[in-house]
Amino acid sequence: MRNAFADEVTKLAVEDQRVVLLSGDIGNNLFEEFKASSEKRFFNCGVAEANMMGVAAGLALNGLRPIVYTITPFTTTRCLEQIRDDVCYHDVPVIIVGTGAGLSYAELGPTHHSCEDIAILRSLPGMTVLCPCDSVEVRLMLRESLKHDGPIYMRIGKKGEPAVHETLPALKIGQSITMRQGNDVCLLSTGNVMPMVLEAADSLEKQGISVCVESFHTVKPLDTKRLGEVFRRYRIVGAVEEHNQIGGFASAIAEWVTAQEGPLARLVGFSLADRFLHEVGSQRYARERLGLTAQVLVDGIRRRHNAL
Amino acid sequence: MRYGLQELDGIARALRARIIETSHRTGTPHLGSCLSCVDILTTLYFQVLNVDPERPSHPERDRFILSKGHGAPALFQVLAMRGFYPEAMLESFGEDGSYFGEHPPTPQHVPGIEAATGSLGHGLSMALGMALSARILRRSHRVFALLSDGECNEGTVWEAAMFAAAQKIDRLAIVVDFNKWQATDRSEKVMALSPLVDKWLAFGWSACEVDGHDLKALMDVLSRVPDGSGKPVAVIASTIKGKGVSFMEDDNNWHYRIPTASEVISAKNELRVPA
Repeated sequence: MRNAFADEVTKLAVEDQRVVLLSGDIGNNLFEEFKASSEKRFFNCGVAEANMMGVAAGLALNGLRPIVYTITPFTTTRCLEQIRDDVCYHDVPVIIVGTGAGLSYAELGPTHHSCEDIAILRSLPGMTVLCPCDSVEVRLMLRESLKHDGPIYMRIGKKGEPAVHETLPALKIGQSITMRQGNDVCLLSTGNVMPMVLEAADSLEKQGISVCVESFHTVKPLDTKRLGEVFRRYRIVGAVEEHNQIGGFASAIAEWVTAQEGPLARLVGFSLADRFLHEVGSQRYARERLGLTAQVLVDGIRRRHNAL
Repeated sequence: MRYGLQELDGIARALRARIIETSHRTGTPHLGSCLSCVDILTTLYFQVLNVDPERPSHPERDRFILSKGHGAPALFQVLAMRGFYPEAMLESFGEDGSYFGEHPPTPQHVPGIEAATGSLGHGLSMALGMALSARILRRSHRVFALLSDGECNEGTVWEAAMFAAAQKIDRLAIVVDFNKWQATDRSEKVMALSPLVDKWLAFGWSACEVDGHDLKALMDVLSRVPDGSGKPVAVIASTIKGKGVSFMEDDNNWHYRIPTASEVISAKNELRVPA
């Protein structure tokens, strides 16, 4: 996703002279082409993220389209007040990109994990929260983001994630994408867990449970039209995210559920345990330790389905 | 020069009187902080800034950000007197639904406001972003920000200082309202600010100290931005908190105290402003 971001932002900067890229001393050799084609609109802002975010707001207040890029905790919680006051309060079009979202940087330890960002960023008025599932969504989303006139937070993974979309889907902010049709249960997935969700869906299909899978790349604003459809069609709806169980995607849907009337599907959240992981390891290991695997999904869905 | 020194002095005295009256009428604090920066704001808005109240969004206007947002009661009076909106609009100050309060609102609500502030240490970074936007968009306007000395406690101020110096952004200038006090104590005692001019020099800025109540001195130094050094400019304006009213000067109780009716009359007498 990281390389797709760098490539797409380079193209966009050539097409749109308002695009300015701010990096927090990150992306070694990642932005060489951007610098070659749009040198005056690339800034390495150093290891000073709070200033970087304020600078981005100033650029946006004067008509430019800054894109702020660094590792997720440093482009979110490190400079949260600048995001809140300078970007969101002013309602300016700054695109904040966090790389290494969730447990992508599992091997770097909890200082580099980002499992609270959705909860925190989506609570800011006016903020749009995007979680692309693969490089295709990253590219399309970046393009869509430049058409949007307010603050955007996009959490992306690292490099080398599997491509999920085989063809170019029609992507619009706030509209989920149906990945596969199914009759029995529905799994709503946001961000980089999509391959795991599809693996779980395959497994459930083999056990005779037909699964609809949706890419909910936009956590805020939620696609409430689609939520209305799936919660009335299915009896079990799962929400999957690589994020703390508190305040993220599943919580956002739970908030929506509380405002509905009439019979609805049962919501099942699949998120990460609310604790720091002190042991290092691969992303897969970290997910497992915090309770998020394809098997957990399969077991959780099957148990509830069989109890119907 | 648009105004003579005598006229500017009259404007500054009238502004002080209005700020004090508004504080009394609305119970708005930070009077000492507002009074210490009146001469700086007067010089900027009546002598230095290339702004046109008739066209407050003109792309080539100079930008000003009140990074010490708690000075908003002073800024609102200056903008009114400069003609950005009728002075009568300020009668709503502090009322339910008014945009005139203790801190500047976002730009769309009050003409002449470039950025909402209030939390310290934000304004300089936004000003720097605006100065960089001018370079990218090939505009020649300048960006000014007013900081308080207490605000220089904030790490972001120094992040911005280093980045501005690295970018050699010479159309950016700050004034530090160096009144030697922060909310609850002497600024020097809290955070060892001195030597403040040397700090800005060491951070790669062109820096100087000036008497922040000497309109001529302020005009001289602020009119020379960019100053030919290729660096951003820091003007450390030595000021007196509560300046202009003998019983408020250098008394930090006026960070929060609200003047009584008789204190307003005494203050206006001292300021030679008719009651």
